[in-house]
Amino acid sequence: MKLLLTGNEAIARGAWEAGVKFATAYPGTPSTEILQNVATYEDIISEWAPNEKVALEAAAGAAIGGVRSLCAMKHVGVNVATDPLFTFAYLGVNAGSVLITADEPGMHSSQNEQDNRNYARHAKVCLFEPSDSQEAKDMLKEAYTVSEEYDMPVLFRMTTRVCHSKSIVECSDRVEVADKPYEKDIRKYCPLPAFARGMQVKLADNFKRLVDYSNTTPFNYIEDNGADIGIIGSGVAYRYAKEVFGSSVSYLKIGFSYPLPMEKIAAFAKGKKTVYIFEENDPIMETEIKAAGIDCVGKEQLPTMGELTPDRIRQALLGEAPQIIEANPEMVLPRPPTLCAGCPHRGVFYELGRRKDLMIFSDIGCYSLGLMAPYNATDAMICMGASISSGHGVQKAFDIKGDHSKKVVSILGDSTFFHSGITSLIDVTYNKSNTLTIILDNRITGMTGHQENPGTGYDLKGEAAPEIDIEAMVKACGVKNLISIDPNNLQIVEDAIEWGLNCDGPAVIITRWPCVLKKFSAEDKKEFPTAFKTVASVDLEKCIGCKKCLKSGCPALAFDRANKKSGILKEPCVGCGVCVQICPKQAIEVEVR
Amino acid sequence: METKNIVLMGVGGQGTILAAKLLTSGLMEAGYDVKMSEIHGMSQRGGSVSSLVRYGDDVQSPVIEIGSADIVVAFEKMEGLRALEYLKPSGKMIVNDTEIFPLSVIIGAATYPENILEEIESKVDLRVMAATKMAEELGNPKVMNLILLGSIIKSMALTDIDWEAIIAQNVKAEFCQINIKALHAGIDAV
Repeated sequence: MKLLLTGNEAIARGAWEAGVKFATAYPGTPSTEILQNVATYEDIISEWAPNEKVALEAAAGAAIGGVRSLCAMKHVGVNVATDPLFTFAYLGVNAGSVLITADEPGMHSSQNEQDNRNYARHAKVCLFEPSDSQEAKDMLKEAYTVSEEYDMPVLFRMTTRVCHSKSIVECSDRVEVADKPYEKDIRKYCPLPAFARGMQVKLADNFKRLVDYSNTTPFNYIEDNGADIGIIGSGVAYRYAKEVFGSSVSYLKIGFSYPLPMEKIAAFAKGKKTVYIFEENDPIMETEIKAAGIDCVGKEQLPTMGELTPDRIRQALLGEAPQIIEANPEMVLPRPPTLCAGCPHRGVFYELGRRKDLMIFSDIGCYSLGLMAPYNATDAMICMGASISSGHGVQKAFDIKGDHSKKVVSILGDSTFFHSGITSLIDVTYNKSNTLTIILDNRITGMTGHQENPGTGYDLKGEAAPEIDIEAMVKACGVKNLISIDPNNLQIVEDAIEWGLNCDGPAVIITRWPCVLKKFSAEDKKEFPTAFKTVASVDLEKCIGCKKCLKSGCPALAFDRANKKSGILKEPCVGCGVCVQICPKQAIEVEVR
Repeated sequence: METKNIVLMGVGGQGTILAAKLLTSGLMEAGYDVKMSEIHGMSQRGGSVSSLVRYGDDVQSPVIEIGSADIVVAFEKMEGLRALEYLKPSGKMIVNDTEIFPLSVIIGAATYPENILEEIESKVDLRVMAATKMAEELGNPKVMNLILLGSIIKSMALTDIDWEAIIAQNVKAEFCQINIKALHAGIDAV
């Protein structure tokens, strides 16, 4: 059966065909759809974990327990999961286990561009790199065989283009793999120094065997076109190279890229005038191939940053610039992402942006957009959970310097709080800080496209699950000053911020209102019966064209320059009422749809 | 055959992704090798969204290089201008005559550019479609995307494929008829 699948869908299909029984992830672009698709297969227990470290630990446990497991995350998620990864490599598996890293060359929706193939070397795990959906499925199945045969977790590098592009996949049936019996074996599963030294040696021995595998696996293959120019390529970079050079050069396609098939590489390079290395981001294969004494050309000529797309290859190696029909650039306005009409974060950022006495440390999520005009609220961001802990550090620095001109506000969402905000909040209370933390609970994981999380009352399969109480969690972290508010009422938001800044000790404000794009659960309907059922309109008689409402940054507003009046687009407006409260002339009214 | 390149460009929420899904499903059924790439993630929040569709005997790259698209279909006027660089000199552009304001225009910091269609027409072969208006006349403004899909199918000579079956496989039963109607309206309009 042939299906047109994204790489992420192909991974899910591959997991099912490979007899995987346990899968877990924390959502993150471009990896999110992997688990969403895995969850559609009834034979696989599929879970959202609160963060990537927890996910990998659970997957490791399932493998030790005796069933094939899968774990998926975006590239920066692997940073969170490295602690278990490095030691999981020592323990090895019982049933096979694969960790999928979805890297982002080009940083389409990430804060950095790290090449996680480095982790294979660093953690000492072997590595597959598919170049399209068919390979993603086929290699994943192979990865389980390798994991079990060589007793190690396997790293599997996807990139945005492989994750999110569709291509044709020949599918097959699920292979029911026998569960492995679990037997207590402390020399295998307890890395005390005395045992860990033995594990280290076992791992090194398995890597020696893997070199033979790498030289013989059909996933590393030569396409000999009789040319004296050779290209060694991995991942989608190989596809890009073929797009540009077709059959005018010979190829060594690397699908299993750590350890590298150095014998095969040497044989391929022999007699070639020039060998080029095509890999996205870091010169990893290139460095190792050069170290093996094989002449090749790589990042001297090809870019290290961004995607290695065909146009960039043509430019770099052939000096060919594309013939472009250029638009008048002044006529193309940017479309930066904006908070949606009805977004419950709007009122908070409107109020925060009005104050000049705040240092706002934000986090990873839709609320990252609080840095944009018209709010211009945010000062800094680093990674998941850092709003609270880095905010704590900034406040300490201000206190040490005796600088009281600004106070720190940390701001993050519900899913991010569960991910890594809790330990950060403990840091704040335990170390007697006095920051204000705002948890924007919009009842869902928003930015990645609406995944359930421990606070929503539902799990990945859509089944009811215990709802973790954020208020109780905050209190348990030692916070004495806590209030929960409706973020659409600007006076309440303003008063809450003022209250929080003047508390003695750390304070937390929780806003609780659903994401406007959320599909309401029965509980949501009960808790928010009036949400998004209204629409606002401007009374043109009363509107004086002062543009104050536009400071809300709502995309449902439209200013008529000719008549100097504000207007509201009926389609996107959900009547949240933020602009109504900003208008100094009471010119905006809300009515039931 | 040489690989053909189609760019669908719009704003999050306009239905470019469904149109691309139907298009690629039909092309696969017709026996072509197909690859499709889209960048999403923040597109729900008012950003530009593009679907890049490639088909032929053996397609390698999932992305379309700038200056190489056979056809660019813009679901919104200014997006047509933004996607102009994808088009090869002999390529064809179809633009839906509708405007969606970016935030800078909404907050009054910029004006939506005038004469976009004239600017495009001065450079490439342009066909303007009133797809949003046509969809409203059909009774559902959302099927604008199927009207534009129809225009692609006609322009790329792909009308032999059983598109009604493809729609039936991919669209909820209750919306099938209106989508098929919209597709034919798009085919007939080109």
